[in-house]
Amino acid sequence: MSDNTAPPGPSPTYAAAGLRVTVDLNLCQAYAQCCYAAPDHFVLKGHEALHYDPAPSADARADIERARIACPVQAIRVEDPEAPRR
Amino acid sequence: MIGSESRVVVVGASLAGLRGAESLRRSGFAGSLTIVGAEPYRPYDRPPLSKAVLTGAVAPDATGLPNLVALDADWRLGAPAVGLDRTKRLVTLEGGETIAYDRLLIATGASARPWPDAAEGRLAGVHTLRGRDDAEALRRDLAARPAQVLVIGGGFIGCEVAAACRDLDLPVTLVETGPTLLASVLGAHLGAVVQTLHETRGVTVLCNAKVEALEDDGTGRVQRARLADGSAVPADLVVVALGAVRNTSWLAGSGLAFDEGGLDCDAQGYVLDENERPDTQIAAAGDVARFPHPLYPGHRIALEHWGHAVAQGEHAGRLLAGCEPARYAEVPAFWSSQGGITIKSVGLTKGADGVVIAQGDPRHGRFVAVYGQEGRCVAALSFDSARWLPAYAEKIAAGAPFPPEPGGVDAGPLRVFAPGFPDPSGSGPDDPARSGKDEP
Repeated sequence: MSDNTAPPGPSPTYAAAGLRVTVDLNLCQAYAQCCYAAPDHFVLKGHEALHYDPAPSADARADIERARIACPVQAIRVEDPEAPRR
Repeated sequence: MIGSESRVVVVGASLAGLRGAESLRRSGFAGSLTIVGAEPYRPYDRPPLSKAVLTGAVAPDATGLPNLVALDADWRLGAPAVGLDRTKRLVTLEGGETIAYDRLLIATGASARPWPDAAEGRLAGVHTLRGRDDAEALRRDLAARPAQVLVIGGGFIGCEVAAACRDLDLPVTLVETGPTLLASVLGAHLGAVVQTLHETRGVTVLCNAKVEALEDDGTGRVQRARLADGSAVPADLVVVALGAVRNTSWLAGSGLAFDEGGLDCDAQGYVLDENERPDTQIAAAGDVARFPHPLYPGHRIALEHWGHAVAQGEHAGRLLAGCEPARYAEVPAFWSSQGGITIKSVGLTKGADGVVIAQGDPRHGRFVAVYGQEGRCVAALSFDSARWLPAYAEKIAAGAPFPPEPGGVDAGPLRVFAPGFPDPSGSGPDDPARSGKDEP
């Protein structure tokens, strides 16, 4: 995903920031790869209803990043905690 | 490209405004950026507010949207814009502060249409649902286990709220003026499928019915609703889900062309004045923008879709940065999750004269319906069959013939049904610009 410049895998500098996650549910086709990558944060209910945690704690970063990368339709957006904000 | 001495102001701190601001930065804009928001919160995601937030699965303050680009913005939150002076290029905020702009993005969105009787709308236990505070208040009242919930309006928000009530095992009645739930968007033929879903889950659905009045118990708390036929429905919690009105009243006196159905824009995305002349310093995006879509010629449309807020926000950011983007032509798309079923749509059903079941079978719960108008495909709808939808989005974008080819070589020609849209001149609230779902 070109929107997110964070490298794959955990980064040592994110620890202080909570994560913000959103899924483009227009794109989502319920392949459920996120549910395998981060089962505590993504759950598929029924055939296609994806339930996800929009505000995981920072220590879930590695799982969330694995889910983001695993999504076949690249529907998961994660706030890059290294991006400066004010 | 506009220079680094330029000042851009974004009015509206929700999805379209945020993605618009990010798009400006991504396009190389290096000047000052101010984002004005009526609510005191950073941009947050609204779709969970009518689903997981109501059931308690997600906290109301947990849906903050990810920033995808460093914004380096000056945020003015909790300060709604109340005026626009295009001659002096000033936005006035509540409280009197003015902010100068060289380029302006208007992304003020929409508000829940209020209950027509203001005093009844203020009764304790009467809710609308649009923002985070609304969702928090409704969640609190649902968690207190009301004896009988009444939802007024069988659009997407009304259906999602009713589904959440059943998830919580609360008794709920859903009253709709049309012939079925969702009839104005899906037509009665497929609206009936949605209605069966909700009735099977225990929702009491009253169609062709209109709430005339909300009555209290003598202490200012709602107790029952009076219907047009004289009957009464007991209710100690009422959710008014009658669609949305666009947040345009702050533009009074600006000379721009607007009403409660939207702010008019040209094909590029610039706003239009009352003489239909574009103001090339100002763009609009998201729910508030009423624009000509090349796939749906003949009238301007305002879309209340999550994906549209993203795509048109990004388009407006490029436009204001001076990048001369290609004409905005995103195929409209939305989703709704209710009662364990995921409904997705591409294209627009408005004006369709036929519908076919192109894949699957409504009796089995998973299917794709395709809508046609004058012999071409204009929309497709999936029930728990989203993987088929991109193929139909391509047909819609290409104006492919309707009815489409059957899915299997052994299949006969597809049977075309009348969609069954209610007469738009009929009773009940009707937004002439309505062309999609009433997303919070």
